[in-house]
Order: sequence, then C-alpha cells, then structure tokens
Amino acid sequence: MKQVFSRPPELIDIPSHFCPGCHHGLIHRLTAEALNFYGLRKKTIAVSSVGCSVFLYNYIDVDTVEAPHGRAPAVATGVRRVLPDRFVFTYQGDGDLAAIGMSEIIHCANRGENITVIFVNNSIYGMTGGQMAPTTLLGMKTATTPYGRNFSNDGYPIRMAEFLAPLEGVAFSARVAVDKIANLRRAKKILFQAFQTQIRGLGFSFVEFLSACPTNWGLSPVEAARKVEQEMIPYYPLGIFKEKKETDHL
Amino acid sequence: MAENEDKKIFTRGNEALAMAAIEAGCRYYFGYPITPQGEIPEYLSRELPKVGGRFLQAESEIASINMLLGAGALGARVMTSSSGPGISLMQEGISYMAGSEIPGLIVNVSRCGPGLGGIAPSQGDYFQATRGGGHGDYRTPVLAPGSPQEMYDLAFLAFDLAFKYRTPVMILADAVIGQMKEQVVRREPLPPAPLPEWALTGADGRASRLLKSLFLAEGELEKQTLKQLDKYHEIERREPRWEEFMTEDADFIVIAFGIIARIAKSSIRMARKQGIKAGLLRPITLYPFPVEPIQKLSARVKKILVVELNTGQMVDDVRLSARPGTGIELYFRSPGAGSLPSLEEIAGEMERRFR
Ligand SMILES: Cc1ncc(C[n+]2csc(CCOP(=O)(O)OP(=O)(O)O)c2C)c(N)n1
Ligand code: SF4
Repeated sequence: MKQVFSRPPELIDIPSHFCPGCHHGLIHRLTAEALNFYGLRKKTIAVSSVGCSVFLYNYIDVDTVEAPHGRAPAVATGVRRVLPDRFVFTYQGDGDLAAIGMSEIIHCANRGENITVIFVNNSIYGMTGGQMAPTTLLGMKTATTPYGRNFSNDGYPIRMAEFLAPLEGVAFSARVAVDKIANLRRAKKILFQAFQTQIRGLGFSFVEFLSACPTNWGLSPVEAARKVEQEMIPYYPLGIFKEKKETDHL
Repeated sequence: MAENEDKKIFTRGNEALAMAAIEAGCRYYFGYPITPQGEIPEYLSRELPKVGGRFLQAESEIASINMLLGAGALGARVMTSSSGPGISLMQEGISYMAGSEIPGLIVNVSRCGPGLGGIAPSQGDYFQATRGGGHGDYRTPVLAPGSPQEMYDLAFLAFDLAFKYRTPVMILADAVIGQMKEQVVRREPLPPAPLPEWALTGADGRASRLLKSLFLAEGELEKQTLKQLDKYHEIERREPRWEEFMTEDADFIVIAFGIIARIAKSSIRMARKQGIKAGLLRPITLYPFPVEPIQKLSARVKKILVVELNTGQMVDDVRLSARPGTGIELYFRSPGAGSLPSLEEIAGEMERRFR
C-alpha cells in the first residue's frame, strides 16, 4: 500500500503544548513540510522569538537560536552575514514583530536580507494573557482594552504584509489563513513560494498567517476559526502583495 | 630585530584595537555610530572586506547586539563598539548572550552620562560594565586598557576569554586612550580558530543544536545558573590581571584604571621626588577584579587612595578586596568637559593624604 500522508521528520513527534484550536500548530506543520520538501534541514538555521511560539525548537528539528522579544530579524541578519549559503527563517508573533520589533523587521526587510519571515498574526498577545496587539481589530475587547480597541486612543490595526511590500528589499510578501482546508492548501503553496524566493536568492520573503487564539479570544476552537473568516479576513485580505521574479539591482 | 621593527606602528588606540580584532580572527562587525569610538567602525568598514569579512552599520545598537548574537551563535568571532547611550541599549542583548553562552566582543569607549551627558572621558560606566548591566544573574569579563598598546593586546585577550568561557566580553576604554596616538608593537595574526562544537551550522548528518536562555522546567534554570557560576568562579580564579608600579617598597598605594592610572603614574614619580613612597596598582581586568594583590598590599601599606573619573564606583570593589581596617580614601572627579585631573592635581591629593 502506498503511503500518501505522514508526519515529516522535521516535525518532532511530541505532544503539543498549544491550546486546543490554536493555529500555531498548523503553521508549524506547514513549516516542517516546506523544510522537508526542499531538503533544507541540514542547512537551516531557525530564529525563534518570544511569545507562544517560543517553543518552535521543541517541534521543528533544525539548528535554532532564540532571539530576544522582537529582535529575530536582527539575529537572522547576523546569521545571514556569516553563512550566506544557509537557509534562514524567523517565526514571530504579532506583538513580537509589529510592536516591540517593528524597527528590526523594517530594516531587515529594507536591507533585502535573504531570509524568510513567518509572521503569526492572532491579533492579540497570546503568551502574556491576551493584551492588545498592534493588530487587534477596532472594537475588539482584550485584557488591556476592556471597552474595545478605540482608534482615538490606540490607533489602527496594522497590515504588515501590505506595509512591507513596497520596500525595495522585499521580494515576496503575502497573507494567508489556515482556518479551513481551502485556505490551508493555499497557505502551503504560498509558504513554499516564499521558501523558494530565498532558495533562489531573490531577497526578503514574508508570509503573514492569520491565526486563531481561542484561549484569549474567549471562543471555542470552531468559533475562533469562524472569527478568522468573518472578522479578520475582511480587514486583513488574503493574497500576494509582492512577488519579484528576478533580483533587481537598482 | 629588523623583524620586530616591522611590527612597530604609530597609531591611535581605537585603530589599534580594530586592527588587533582582525588579527585575532574577528571577521564580522555590527555597530551604530556614536562619538568617541568612530575610528573603530571606520577602520573596520575599510579593512574587513579586504580579508573576506563583513561590516554592517545597523539601524540601532539594539539591532547591532542582536546581529552579534546571531553571528556569534554560528561560532564566528564578532564584535561591536559603542559608547554610553548605545551600550545602555545593548544590555538586553548582552544578557541574552550571557544566558545563551554566546561569545562576542563589546567595546565601550565610554563617555559621560547619565543621559546624553557629554563626550568627554569618563569612568561612569564601571558599575554598568562590572555588575552585569542587563537583567539576570550573570557576569561579563571586563578589560580596561591603559594605553594604545593595551587596546591592541586586550582585543586578543578578549576573544580568547570569550571563546574559552563562552561569554560576551567587554573592553571598557575611554576617549583619551581611544584617541591617543602612540607606538604599538604588533604580533603575528592568529591562525583561523577551529569551529566550536556548539556552533550552529545546519544539522547536516547530526542532531540539531539549540542556543537559548529560556529554561522553564522545574530546576532547569537553577542548574544552568550554577553551571555558569562555576564558570565565573573559574574566571575569578584564573583570569585577574593587573599592573603594579613601584609597589615593592611603597608605603602608600594608589588604585586607578584606564587613563587615570596613566596620569597617576606620573603623579607617583612626582610624589616620590618629594619623598612620598607611593606606588600604583592598576586593575587591567575590572571583572574579575584583582582581589588578591589588593588584599596583600593592604596588609602592609599605610593607606590606599582610589582615584576615579566618576563619583566613586571601583572604590566599592577595593573596599571588598582590602583587609578590614585598611585606610581607604577616594579622590574623584565627576566626569564632564574639563574634569580630567592633571598629574599635579593627583600628586597634590597624594601629598595631602599621604604626608
Ligand atoms: C522586552 C520584553 N518585554 C515584554 C515581554 C513579555 N512578553 C512575552 S511574550 C509577549 C507578547 C507575545 O505576543 P505575540 O508576539 O503576539 O505572540 P503570541 O504569544 O500571541 O504567539 C510579551 C509582551 C518580554 N518577554 N520581553
Ligand atoms: S494562548 Fe493563544 S496563541 Fe497561545 S497557545 Fe493558546 S491559543 Fe495559541
């Protein structure tokens, strides 16, 4: 009998610590599949970040260095400068990347560092107990916006994939979701494309995953996935915002 | 002899340090501009590409230190340099490097603080450098050069210590030593060092490696911290370095580091002419502090005068090192433009306190 589906060996076989219905696990799985497909394990250096994703290294079996909160793109830059032929990716939450690490991500993207950033936007701070993130939707109640996010006080949710796309150094920028099978399939394809961008040496590649945090949204796993579809996707449209075919030398 | 002549150059402290870093095998520099250390990045941006190295001007000191962390995780010899405000921004990264046992060299050509302070020489960063600076229970070896020659020599030592003990190492210099031009004798460049067994390279035919500072499981962090503590104890046993000047017959000892020690040497010569038998102990490593020689000297001299270009920081370590009951006095100048004491001023203090 032909086996058509199995766990890629890059995904370590241990029980997950993520909450039921959390999308981090699905995104880990896609990452492992992409590493496996391109045979990257032996040449990959991953940079983990601070948030619920900090245990990336417990699940993905590659050489990994842990970055301080928000600094993964700078750490990855250091890695990239020393070993230009390796495969380098960061995995960051929305508090990590779009709040405290905003400077590092913009400059890393603008330098066109040939790395891939996997950005997990669950519109909230997961690990610290559900506080407002820069991506929290207007009106959304969180631990620190008990009356709902109000633009006059808290500003607007930021669309990172669109925001980074115009930078010259960015070769690929896209937003995907994993809330249902069709989106998951498309997410996989797009993540593979981002990896390919790096493999071909085209420059910085960025994939934003819309991700459910049932625990801090106060919803069941099914309701949380529905919220991704009904509330997040309308504000954070899925798609590819930048796709360079060749390296431009300006 | 002629060979040795080739090795003699006339250069500034900052350039001597940058030159030595390359000769000690450093190939990667990440930094953000700030006075008074500009010659270091300028030299390295010019010279590193010639030896196959990379120079990168980062967007901030926060980014620089994290680039250092990433490059250091691969087992490469890496450095950054900055001054007060920039070193403050680096503390988070230094703490993570210490916690993850990632080596690297951080040079602080210090200036005055707090805040924007000023660009005059200062020793006000002594506490920050020797007490860890960032959060958590860790130490950082700190080397304090007293001449351009030592800016050169200590860069070699810094990389030695960083790799031997898997730790970030700081060189705490000052604007005068950095800018001063003097003869420096160079050594043979080191051959390329073998890659350490913990270095991340990609898990090619081996188990994957991980460098991290998060230890959440019960008992895990305590164990890691105690392992690090053993390392710090070994550093304290094996690595203290200091210079003694005219201490053999001295009745009085001056303790000072960096540029102040240099001025104090001339003051001691002056005092000796006046019949005051003074000597100098100059800590070269600020951590590990030269506890033993100070303890020994304190048993036999009449008085110790600590001279600092801050309001009294190293004096705490001298008090902890000297025998109880030792007469320890402090002469300090609060750093700022025009506050560097002259040799006559220090000699005057010796006259007043030792006579
Ligand atoms: C300098 C610093 N500030 C604050 C924290 C506390 N902290 C840990 S995780 C986190 C937010 C994580 O949120 P996010 O990046 O959205 O990831 P998630 O947990 O949602 O996956 C914060 C603020 C920290 N570790 N370091
Ligand atoms: S708190 Fe949220 S992001 Fe964190 S594991 Fe639970 S569901 Fe996932």
